Amino acid sequence: MSVLEFLIEVVGTYVATIAFGVLINIPRRALNVGGWIGVLGYVLYRFTVLWGGGYVIGNLLGAVAIGVASLQAAKIKRMPMILFNIPAIVPLVPGGQAYQMIKNFALGQNATAFVFLLQVVMISGAIAFGFLLSELVNRIQRRFWRHHKRL
Amino acid sequence: MSSQKKRDQLILHTALTAGRIMIENGSEIERVEDTMTRIAHNAGAKTSQLFVMITGILMAINGEVGAQIEPVKRRTFDLEKIAVVNDLSRQFADHKIDLRQFADQLDHLDSKSRYFPFWLQLLAAAMVSGPLEVVFRHNLPDFWITCVVGMLGWWVYYVLNKYIQIRFLSEFTSAAAIGVMAVVCVHLGLGNSVDDIIIGSVMPLVPGVPITNSVRDILAGNLVSGPARGVEALVSAAAIGFGIAMVLQFL
Repeated sequence: MSVLEFLIEVVGTYVATIAFGVLINIPRRALNVGGWIGVLGYVLYRFTVLWGGGYVIGNLLGAVAIGVASLQAAKIKRMPMILFNIPAIVPLVPGGQAYQMIKNFALGQNATAFVFLLQVVMISGAIAFGFLLSELVNRIQRRFWRHHKRL
Repeated sequence: MSSQKKRDQLILHTALTAGRIMIENGSEIERVEDTMTRIAHNAGAKTSQLFVMITGILMAINGEVGAQIEPVKRRTFDLEKIAVVNDLSRQFADHKIDLRQFADQLDHLDSKSRYFPFWLQLLAAAMVSGPLEVVFRHNLPDFWITCVVGMLGWWVYYVLNKYIQIRFLSEFTSAAAIGVMAVVCVHLGLGNSVDDIIIGSVMPLVPGVPITNSVRDILAGNLVSGPARGVEALVSAAAIGFGIAMVLQFL
């Protein structure tokens, strides 16, 4: 992956995250931060995959980063956390694999389709588990700062 | 009616309206419970009992009025309203507004919706489709056509959603429309890869809100609402998938 390709991916992720935020009507002052959290999650995922960590671990780390960063953003901006993490997971959604699965099922190539189905399930599971882990971090943090409890 | 009774009535009304608005617009259950408890507590109710589900809320406070139910009939994604309810609840906790003003503002919020203008939504749909196609597939030549197809797909979704109001059907139709447009565009030589165009264009329809909330609800121990949202996300995904599959069948 060249530097140019990497830059294109970062810009694309940022723009797409913000644009998805517009579609679900996120308040204007939360959009920019949401975009950067999306970039953070995606970059972590991308580098994990590049360095041979595999796409499941990549998605897991990305989701953890998104969850933790969203909580910090929610604390600083005093806004609900879901405003930041919903658009940010969009670049991690296994859209390509889901499409290949549908296509192969539709064309009757079930063996190939099952391979992609497995990937979709693994990636979704990794993202869900990543959120679970980030929630663990968040709850520990909340115990330390009881007086900032209101998020 | 005694003044205490009126006051209790107002507390219940405010908390239930706040809760309903939050669930309708895609909040997770834990936040709704938290906000409603806080409203009741800040308004002076000593204890409050809550039962919040994705399709309705039951709330009681120990005062002179009985428990009340608020059904939740529609579900959309408008996260700005959740942020507004959150802000109002904070202002109420800081005594910047009183209970009557809070209730009025909630009723007002319910009737108006401050969505981004339609042209901006179309632009946003284009800006979800094109960049994600490039990010996922590294296919730069198809960037523009993916933007256009994604935008038209969102337009179909938006218009249908307005008139038939069954989200799954809108998603199905819009996915099918995206499939047809992608195939036609490639036939006309406007794009190179049907696969890439479809993958990008479908992204604005991804059910991001139900997916995230489902995970969060299940983690918080809401074992009824979490899986219910998961089913919502799954049906959405299946509707989109069937729309695409139908087009690919007739290729």
